[in-house]
Amino acid sequence: MLEVKIVENRWDHIKSMMTNFGISLLSIVVALIFGIFFILLTDQSPVTAYQALYHGAFGSFSNILNTLWRSTPLILTGLAFALPFRAGLINIGAEGQLLMGGFAAGVAGYVFTSLPGFIHLPLAILIGMLAGALWGGLPGLLKAKFGSNEVITTIMLNHIAIALTINYGINKLRTSSRMATPEIEPSAALLRFKEIPKHPIWGKLPFADIFTNPGIRLHMNFVLAIIAAIILWYILFKTTLGYEMRAVGFNSDGAEYGGIKPGKSMFITMFLGGAVAGLAGAGEALGTHLSFMSGMDAGYGFTGIAVALIGQTHPIGVIFGGLLFGALNQGGLEMQFAGVPSEIVNIIQALVIFFVASLQILKMYLRKRKEKEGVE
Amino acid sequence: MSREENYILEMNNITKLFPGVKANDNVNFSVKKGEIHALVGENGAGKTTLMKVLYGLYDKDNGEIFYNGEKVNLKGPQDAIDLGIGMVHQHFMLVDPLTVTENIVLGNEPRSGIILNQKKAKDKVKEISEKYGLYVDPEAEIRDISVGMQQRAEIIKTLYRGAELLIFDEPTAVLTPQEIDELFEIFKSLKEQGKTIVFITHKLQEVKAISDRITVLRNGKSVDTVDTEDVTEEDVAELMVGRQVLLEVEKTEANPGKKIFEVNNLKVSDNRDIPAVRGVSLTVRKGEILGIAGVEGNGQTELVEALTGIRKIESGKVKVRDKDITKFDAREIKRESVAHIPEDRQKRGLIMDFNLQENVILGYHDLEPFSRNGIMKYNNIADYTQKLIDEFDIRGGGMEAKAKNLSGGNQQKLIVAREFSQDPEFLIASQPTRGVDVGSIEFIHKQIIERRDNGAGVLLLSADLSEVLSLSDRIAVIFEGEIVDVLDASETDERELGKLMTGSTIDAGGEDSGK
Repeated sequence: MLEVKIVENRWDHIKSMMTNFGISLLSIVVALIFGIFFILLTDQSPVTAYQALYHGAFGSFSNILNTLWRSTPLILTGLAFALPFRAGLINIGAEGQLLMGGFAAGVAGYVFTSLPGFIHLPLAILIGMLAGALWGGLPGLLKAKFGSNEVITTIMLNHIAIALTINYGINKLRTSSRMATPEIEPSAALLRFKEIPKHPIWGKLPFADIFTNPGIRLHMNFVLAIIAAIILWYILFKTTLGYEMRAVGFNSDGAEYGGIKPGKSMFITMFLGGAVAGLAGAGEALGTHLSFMSGMDAGYGFTGIAVALIGQTHPIGVIFGGLLFGALNQGGLEMQFAGVPSEIVNIIQALVIFFVASLQILKMYLRKRKEKEGVE
Repeated sequence: MSREENYILEMNNITKLFPGVKANDNVNFSVKKGEIHALVGENGAGKTTLMKVLYGLYDKDNGEIFYNGEKVNLKGPQDAIDLGIGMVHQHFMLVDPLTVTENIVLGNEPRSGIILNQKKAKDKVKEISEKYGLYVDPEAEIRDISVGMQQRAEIIKTLYRGAELLIFDEPTAVLTPQEIDELFEIFKSLKEQGKTIVFITHKLQEVKAISDRITVLRNGKSVDTVDTEDVTEEDVAELMVGRQVLLEVEKTEANPGKKIFEVNNLKVSDNRDIPAVRGVSLTVRKGEILGIAGVEGNGQTELVEALTGIRKIESGKVKVRDKDITKFDAREIKRESVAHIPEDRQKRGLIMDFNLQENVILGYHDLEPFSRNGIMKYNNIADYTQKLIDEFDIRGGGMEAKAKNLSGGNQQKLIVAREFSQDPEFLIASQPTRGVDVGSIEFIHKQIIERRDNGAGVLLLSADLSEVLSLSDRIAVIFEGEIVDVLDASETDERELGKLMTGSTIDAGGEDSGK
């Protein structure tokens, strides 16, 4: 009987996951339907526009890879929001954490000139992650020690990060008119997929040639992002650390009674969240731009909030949230080529966020009603 | 069918289905005009469901309702209110920042034009409160007044809306003993004025003390309706549970051993930084239960929080087995084999959104076999949880169910299961049976006694004097943060304790703390 119960419960679990997934999917469909109205305002055909959107995101192998490329920083900033959220914290600071990580990695990428790749690259990435982690950990520490509201402190640290890295850092370090730090050494660069066919090791793969297209921009940070999501999932649901984080997130009084230090959990989630945001920045610097560049943050920190919410702040869900926004970004480009103004593309993205958020409320309502019916 | 004239309410063959459960199964429930009628039953027996059907909050699947002899069909609370049925919910439906008056007239405001006529509203509230002896400051904001006062505001609200039949859903669960006495006075005065009262409870003493008739529900069915004067508390308990229940705690003489827990001149402040515990000294020996009696708010909460490492100790010493634990945090204290049943199970005792597995290891999650090197061992946790569910008879959906979906009694059993299964040498039990049904109370009391007999020391705090008296071997009385006396439980009674608790006859003696 026990076995049956467990199986039933697993099934319930799967069912509830499917419901969540279905609700996210539904909200996307509804958003696209409402988007038709806005496309019509621009005298374009919605059919052409959505065809372009689809083609741009998934129309060819390289388009798909570029969708993955665009989703990489979004997955990571999504995780940077999702993890602290599980411990009851709102991390608005992924933007600043990403900038600090990108800047630190970018600098580490060019100041060490004689390191072998297998040391230089991991070192640069770790430095980037550490910079992000410290930038996230600081508001976590302030929250734990003094109860400072993390929303305010992370927003303030965003401004400081912009001033520190872009306004001061780049101007101090740049060697050309390009608003960027000097280009990184090849030894610090993340492997780009388009280089695979000519790569001494990876080029030996039998299918290496499929990456022969200079338009492919995907690099290894995507793989790191997926690994990061899996690690965070593991931490959150399989370790005592994650157990404590979730306990604090649900009920910090109860957690405290259970001998858990809420402040410590809060600090650790913010530290880890900052680290993944830092990895997003490091990836952009070491994989996409090959230097720390002004404007490379592109609002990823804030889009990450939407990504996390679409993914139900579940680390694996965040991967899908990131892919969705990556696809919208990548396909949106093609939509622009088809004559739809970029503002409309932005509107459609905003609609997706809007409907995901409102359908979350629907879900809560459904659950409330179910509880009302089921429990005396 | 013949209708007797004097029935204000008749509910016949009410059935209400929820997915998988018959919450009400052919329930019959009749109330005479002008009586106080107690509706009793264990948690989950269907009391609240029946009242929600009556109040129009649930649609019934079958059955008929007659009000004043006429068949009625209630579509929602407004229909019930229009008929003259008022409900005082367990969790008050009040708006915190508004005043008592504003809350009472809310939704039905006397106006001059479009503006609320404050004077008229106040007069009306005053009129009602004087008529029924419901004294409450009409201008006070809800958030500033006590729970008892808030309840009065709720009662006035239902009367203001013209209620003739008042339903109270566990009205005493949130009240102190004094407030309960006052509430019963209000009941009497309402009855004198011709109102009819239905109150839901599972406290048998209250049923005996105030009701005229009793209807008992068990497993969704109406078992019996009896005249209160014809039955004893034991009879009612048996009807509720379906078997004989021991209301009296059965225990043998204590056999105290060595000193296990010692508190020396402990001082603790409350959230507003005002001294709440002012120099408490206590000793508990192995194999004895030391009860602490006191009116709530005399420092008990702060005392327990300090002893369990949740609240900062200003000065004084706490020792377990002669080991100084004054500076220990909550986790370190647990590791000294000190278990704790907290007074507020929803706020402290459980993570309501965690399932049973995750709750049953709270505080012990970093110990083997539940985890190793920081990795949770969910297989071991599942086995352990199942063992506890069976052993402590925790009902409500199995180990994957969330704690919030359990009834209060089962939530409390879950906490008891968790804390007792670690085989503690010292146990701090704070309100261990608050809001718990008779069957669970019996079970929890037995467990506490069993711990004692196995040689554990127990510190018991309860607002329920009879619980303190029946469980404890010695009783310390706390008043305004000080222990005013320590008595042998067999040589004292409620009367003496009541006097000590209110500080009425005792000069606080000893040091002159405070101003």
